[in-house]
Amino acid sequence: MTARSSFVPAPWLLAGPGTLFFVGLVLLPLALTVILSFHAYDHSSGIQNTFTLSHYVAVVTDEYYLSIFWRTLRIAALTTLICAAIGVPEAYILSRMRDPWRSIFLLVIIGPLLVSVVVRTFGWSMLLGSQGLVNQALELFGFPAAKILYTETAIVIALVHVMLPFMVIPVWTALQKLDPMVEAAAWTLGASRFTALRRVVMPQVTLGMLSGSLIVFGLSASAFAVPALLGGRRLKMAATLVYDEYLHELNWPLGASIAIIVLVANLCIMLAYNRLVETRARRTLG
Amino acid sequence: MAFLTLEGVSKEFGTFTAVRDVDLKIDKGEFVSLLGPSGCGKTTTLQMIAGLVEPTQGRISLDGRDITHEKPNRRGLGVVFQSYALFPHMTVAQNVAFGLEMRRVPQAERTKRVREALSLVQLSSFADRYPRQLSGGQRQRVAIARALVIAPPVLLLDEPLSNLDAKLREEMQFELRRIQRKVGTTTIMVTHDQAEALSISDRVVVMEGGCMTQVDAPYRLYEQPSNAFISSFVGKTNLLAGTWRRNGASSAVDIGGVLLEATAKDIPAATPVTLSIRPEKILLREAGTGRLDGRIASRFFLGSQWLFTVDTPVGIVTVSAPNQGGEPPEEGSAVGLDWSPANLRVIADTAVAA
Ligand SMILES: Nc1ncnc2c1ncn2[C@@H]1O[C@H](COP(=O)(O)OP(=O)(O)OP(=O)(O)O)[C@@H](O)[C@H]1O
Ligand SMILES: [Mg+2]
Repeated sequence: MTARSSFVPAPWLLAGPGTLFFVGLVLLPLALTVILSFHAYDHSSGIQNTFTLSHYVAVVTDEYYLSIFWRTLRIAALTTLICAAIGVPEAYILSRMRDPWRSIFLLVIIGPLLVSVVVRTFGWSMLLGSQGLVNQALELFGFPAAKILYTETAIVIALVHVMLPFMVIPVWTALQKLDPMVEAAAWTLGASRFTALRRVVMPQVTLGMLSGSLIVFGLSASAFAVPALLGGRRLKMAATLVYDEYLHELNWPLGASIAIIVLVANLCIMLAYNRLVETRARRTLG
Repeated sequence: MAFLTLEGVSKEFGTFTAVRDVDLKIDKGEFVSLLGPSGCGKTTTLQMIAGLVEPTQGRISLDGRDITHEKPNRRGLGVVFQSYALFPHMTVAQNVAFGLEMRRVPQAERTKRVREALSLVQLSSFADRYPRQLSGGQRQRVAIARALVIAPPVLLLDEPLSNLDAKLREEMQFELRRIQRKVGTTTIMVTHDQAEALSISDRVVVMEGGCMTQVDAPYRLYEQPSNAFISSFVGKTNLLAGTWRRNGASSAVDIGGVLLEATAKDIPAATPVTLSIRPEKILLREAGTGRLDGRIASRFFLGSQWLFTVDTPVGIVTVSAPNQGGEPPEEGSAVGLDWSPANLRVIADTAVAA
């Protein structure tokens, strides 16, 4: 091999632009945020040039911040769960549809992605408000009106709506790769439709479900617009908390340390989950 | 009363008719092959019997029971799929055990039957592998084992041996035949290997463009094909186009001025006909002593026999002769061709078009 000793520029040149972008737009801001999170802060004179761990200590010891982290985790997990429960059957039904309908429904599912999240969230706040369509319907059927807007329920409903395509599409892709005759083989061997789904189809779409769950969880945990508009001033999630620290309290270092903690926590949860499911699925699916 | 009956079964995909008006009666314990060119509707027919494709028309009944609209998991048939359709996330043993599990066979018996089925297809040492770790032929044998292990009353095999080497294929044919004899399993096997269809089946069904054109015992199919397509598809044959001539009691086929004597048949004179004679029915003679003279254009050695193509006044004729050990006629040498007129089959062209 001569290529090993001599310098070949092509791969470096080809990888260059991408690397530059990644360094400039991801690594550099991230590094700056990390550095910022260690700067001391004083309410009267702003960011100091001394370094301290006090922000981290403040965040992890303060009941207030912890409750917000806990809520973020809970809402993201619940959204992921509901998305999986709705998205997987939806993808299966989609994959079994005949052609004109399949294209139409795929468009129906992907279509909302073309509308801004903010617009959709305002839509939900109109539907869920105290005089919204949902409450009017409840009253029509004789139920007492419920307070939905500015609760976690409202956030979860809107997040599920926003995140569903990110679950449906990977599962649908996995289903497309499946030989429909494999399911048929299970039927001929005596399996009911449900058993065939559970024993034969489901195990083969776990990888699609895994990537869907990771996307949904990651995006939900860092969602900003939905909790900001549907959670109100008091019901905060991690992203809205960071926003407040930066723009209301003007305590940038504290905001930065919260952002870093959320990032690390998100990363840990996702990696652990990935390991858990993927090792099992990879072993059998190759 | 036949065990499995198809009455006027058709399948349309949109405007395309994949299977047209199929009638078939199969007795219990019979081994039937579906033979036909690619795309003629063999798989579709099999899947209608299995319940995986809904017939557009017609009725299917099994053991006197109408199963036309019954769910596939209630029919209890063993199916080997053309694409094998193994469960990729299960080991070979789990694949084979699946049907038994669905039938709630106790664990101990399940293990025993899986082991037997795997040894039958010579895959005992592969029980713990996943399908993706197997070769094509091994996967195919897992599919066979998976269908056999549930001991179904009817086995539907879609080209079950297409990926096996000649020796293994012969052994598997023998096994399928043995099981069918011993247990009395009614077997329907799709194949486009005519030799396989002829050697293994009680009856062969020939399909062409979605229709069943002939259903017969193998030797009758071979000797009395009902049209020119079947005679060329089942075994090799020489097809020569000519005109039917009658002269009192004797009759002959006129091919470009050459008259070949044929046994009398109820065909009007001057009808265009196709003449069919199998290569092995033609004997090589000294030049000038046969019914037709020709010159050897080429020769191929096939082991047990020689195959000659002979240039004659009626066109190229293929002749096969058993290998007797000696040196056969050289390429370019003049030979005479002889045959018994009874082996000359004449089919009126109206039948060919039908
Ligand atoms: N789902 C379908 N939609 C439309 N056409 C189909 C469908 N399935 C099969 N066909 C058509 O029906 C015809 C018969 O198909 P089939 O699979 O039965 O052929 P086959 O005889 O099994 O061929 P092969 O020997 O190649 O397996 C083919 O022309 C095929 O294109
Ligand atoms: Mg086929």
